[in-house]
Amino acid sequence: MSKNGNNGNLRVVGKPFRKVDARSKCTGQTKFADDITLPRMLHCKILRSDEPHALIKKIDATKALRLPGVHAVITGDDLPVPYGILPVSQDEHALCVGKVRMVGDPVAAVAAVDEDTAFEAMNLIEVEYEPLQSITSVEEAVLIDEPRIHDYGDHGNIHKQVHLEFGDLEAGFREADHVREDVLFFEGNTHLPMEQHASVAHFDPDDKLTLWSSTQTPHYVHRALAKTLGLPAAHIRVIATPNGGGFGGKSDPFNHEVVVSKLSMITRRPVKVVLTREEVFYCHRGRHPVLMKIKTGVKRDGSITAMDFESYLDGGSYGSYGVASTFYTGALQTVTYEVPRYRFRGLRAFTNKPPCGPKRGHGTPQPRFAVEVQLDKIAEDLKLDPAEIRLRHLAKPYSVTANYLRLGSMGLGKCIEKVVEGSDWKNKFSNWDRENRKLPAGKGIGLACSSYICGAGLPIYWNSMPHSGVQLGLDRQGGVRVQCGSTDIGQGSDSVLAYIVAEVLGIDPFDIRVVTADTDLTPVDLGSYSSRVTLMTGNAALQAAERARELLTLAVAEKLNVPGDNLSFADRRVFDVENPEVGVTFAEAVVLAESKFGTIGTVGSYTPPRSPGKFKGAGVGPSPAYSYSACVAEVDVDAETGMVVVERVWIGHDVGQSINPMLVMGQVEGGVYMGLGEALMEEMTYRANRNVVHKFPSMLEYKSPTTLEMCDVKTYLIEDADPNGPYGAKEVGQGPLLPVMPAVANAVYDAVGVRVDEVPVTPEKVLKALQAKRQGKPARYGPKGVPQVTWPEPLKVLTPAEGGDGKEMPRVAVHS
Amino acid sequence: MSETKKQKAHVEFVLNGEAVEVAFAPHKTLLEVLREDLSLTGTKHGCELGECGTCAVLVDGRSILSCLMLGLDAEGRRVETVEGMATTDGLHPLQETFADTGAAQCGYCTPGFLLVAKELLAHNPRPSRDEIKDALAGNLCRCTGYIKIYEAVELAAARMRGEEMELPRESVYGLE
Repeated sequence: MSKNGNNGNLRVVGKPFRKVDARSKCTGQTKFADDITLPRMLHCKILRSDEPHALIKKIDATKALRLPGVHAVITGDDLPVPYGILPVSQDEHALCVGKVRMVGDPVAAVAAVDEDTAFEAMNLIEVEYEPLQSITSVEEAVLIDEPRIHDYGDHGNIHKQVHLEFGDLEAGFREADHVREDVLFFEGNTHLPMEQHASVAHFDPDDKLTLWSSTQTPHYVHRALAKTLGLPAAHIRVIATPNGGGFGGKSDPFNHEVVVSKLSMITRRPVKVVLTREEVFYCHRGRHPVLMKIKTGVKRDGSITAMDFESYLDGGSYGSYGVASTFYTGALQTVTYEVPRYRFRGLRAFTNKPPCGPKRGHGTPQPRFAVEVQLDKIAEDLKLDPAEIRLRHLAKPYSVTANYLRLGSMGLGKCIEKVVEGSDWKNKFSNWDRENRKLPAGKGIGLACSSYICGAGLPIYWNSMPHSGVQLGLDRQGGVRVQCGSTDIGQGSDSVLAYIVAEVLGIDPFDIRVVTADTDLTPVDLGSYSSRVTLMTGNAALQAAERARELLTLAVAEKLNVPGDNLSFADRRVFDVENPEVGVTFAEAVVLAESKFGTIGTVGSYTPPRSPGKFKGAGVGPSPAYSYSACVAEVDVDAETGMVVVERVWIGHDVGQSINPMLVMGQVEGGVYMGLGEALMEEMTYRANRNVVHKFPSMLEYKSPTTLEMCDVKTYLIEDADPNGPYGAKEVGQGPLLPVMPAVANAVYDAVGVRVDEVPVTPEKVLKALQAKRQGKPARYGPKGVPQVTWPEPLKVLTPAEGGDGKEMPRVAVHS
Repeated sequence: MSETKKQKAHVEFVLNGEAVEVAFAPHKTLLEVLREDLSLTGTKHGCELGECGTCAVLVDGRSILSCLMLGLDAEGRRVETVEGMATTDGLHPLQETFADTGAAQCGYCTPGFLLVAKELLAHNPRPSRDEIKDALAGNLCRCTGYIKIYEAVELAAARMRGEEMELPRESVYGLE
């Protein structure tokens, strides 16, 4: 059977069906974690550190324990086993052991009859700290070896340093007609999901633990609970409740999940925790602040001869996904335009701030900002049109890049053409001629492109099992049950499962019951991260459904005496395509199959193809497919106030094939929105003193776009089907965010002739750049340089063009 | 247990068209009373400080942030939550169009948006896009970029006026 199901005649895929959970979401019936209440449930509050970096000398919970209504108080002594999302960064404790590393670190936890009592008890716990010097930035972290925030990592307060070199970089720069070097900065920002994290744990009389939690990764939470609680994994059940927004912020196992589980084990009662909005800011795991230096050599026609990229990540207080984030800041530079030789050096430092991790685009929006802003500058240097310079040098589809990423379908060219045409670019962009501008004063237009992975090619912990599994159960009444570990975080992954199964089996998506994200009931799916779900669960669902269809085909063909190849599945019927009146209902088909084979259930699974890269560090970047986006932003800049208003964005996104175009549109618009927030206003910043206190851990003062700031969006869906995607589908959840920030920065330059080489592009920065320009200084605002650090010896890999085999070359000298 | 909770307040009001009596600690907000004492968890919370609009409900037809109103102040008022929007005849037109357009992604901010939009349409059956933006400016949504929400409100407004209206093709499939 073809991967395209019913011979290209799609009935469900590509159609704007409602989501399978749309009605429950629009009637307030969807049960989020905090909507769960169990009999005799206790409430938990977590005492958090008000010191950024300190030894814990003493914790006295006597008064708290004496308060009526308090059932338990626990500290780090009760949960001594560390955990962390990555096997190489098992550096968190559910409650701090011995020291705290940031304001907001969890120190002790209370379970009490209600939230007020728990809160009162929490405030009665006395903690004695011995403050340590705090580390507030990458620049400090590379200079201050002691005190160390962690006793592991590459050196002092440097968590990780990587150095990869693909091809003869110096030869590449020698070939160049023009070499540019730029330094840019991307400020950290956070996910700000509308739902605060919440969990309910219940350790039942059979000594089995159930945790309901707003998590994007129930499988990894399951593993972390087994490790920290010392329970067999088989005795733990994790149910991911529908997430009230995730964006990467609910992808780590969290301390509060371990804490309520432990408290339930101690009290033998259900225990709930709901984080306050302030606590959500401390959970963070958001966008790393990244300082970047980029040096690129180009020929006169704009073709790139070599690129040298450095990134410096402020990781905050824990590892989280940070090692992967570090590699991601160097991974995807090569997948949009031809980059024949490439070097990447990345450094992640520990600082005494909430830990950074994966936010929509995970580690790639920052370098993409640098690449696209610098390419705009190169285009000006060479007096080339920014659209042309990109279109002329696109990476080739189905090729292998210098850093060994295997590309699939590549619709970036079409994306660029669409946004250029739609925005009337040629009549608005002034070809770098500031004397004869086509747009009025203060108005500007900018362009940028990007790409994103459709799922990480490798799992987080090393294993050779599938990344996604689906089980189907067919009911003799005609119902179908789809079970999968995937987690719906609002992107519609439950619906995607139903659509694909409905397509293959010729039934209505609403005939299908979707059971997801329950470690007892569903096969493992690794989680809703890295834009992996549509491609991976989609392929697993497709396989399971095709296997079910095969069984039904055999049984119906026998009954009707028609060749199996002649049978079609549509409109809840299985029938002979040549004589459509000859057929049975879908329910009758299941009865025939069940009579012939016994109970009907099938499985499907998906494992990504192996990556051609074999060197150490090749694990980050490979993906079964890459999505592409191009964006044009039109802005209005007030030179008096520095205010930037983004009036309209045109965006083209190559999604391969829309499983549901309505949901794809929603993801594109949501991605543009979040990109707009990052471009203009969102930032995680801290008071400028040694206390490292978050400036504004609230939704009021952490500025995010309201309806009044959101711009008009003109969207083009490009469908360059990828052979690795189900029906050709690629991702859309993260990619469309990426080009927005550089497009806005480039448009601001077009509008007022100053470069803000830093996001967010705030009025203050625009004004400072304008002031510098008036004073005859370089017309820019942005970082001036990068810290001086010693890099490890490069890991050198010959590029495919140089005859490389994906393995690292023997090292000449090795020192640490 | 703390001293403050020993004496419960007793309050009567009309909730989604039905008279209710409820006793609760007097410091509780209407949000807490609805969720914890009346088990109507359709009303959500995002900040509990009046910053995000997620907990919006209608009191005597006006949208208020239930996290900033004491439960005590509901005495004698008419309170409407998302649970009261659908009737035996079916979903409210706004609920239908939010479902049709994908205006509810994660669905967490949806109840608040639905009620504020309902208030808008009660006063202005033919709102312009800018009037919709103004009315919804106090509600944050992190998923949609608001666009599908505007479209859902416009579609519901048209249908409530008795007009035939479908989403433009470009809203569903993008521009050609």
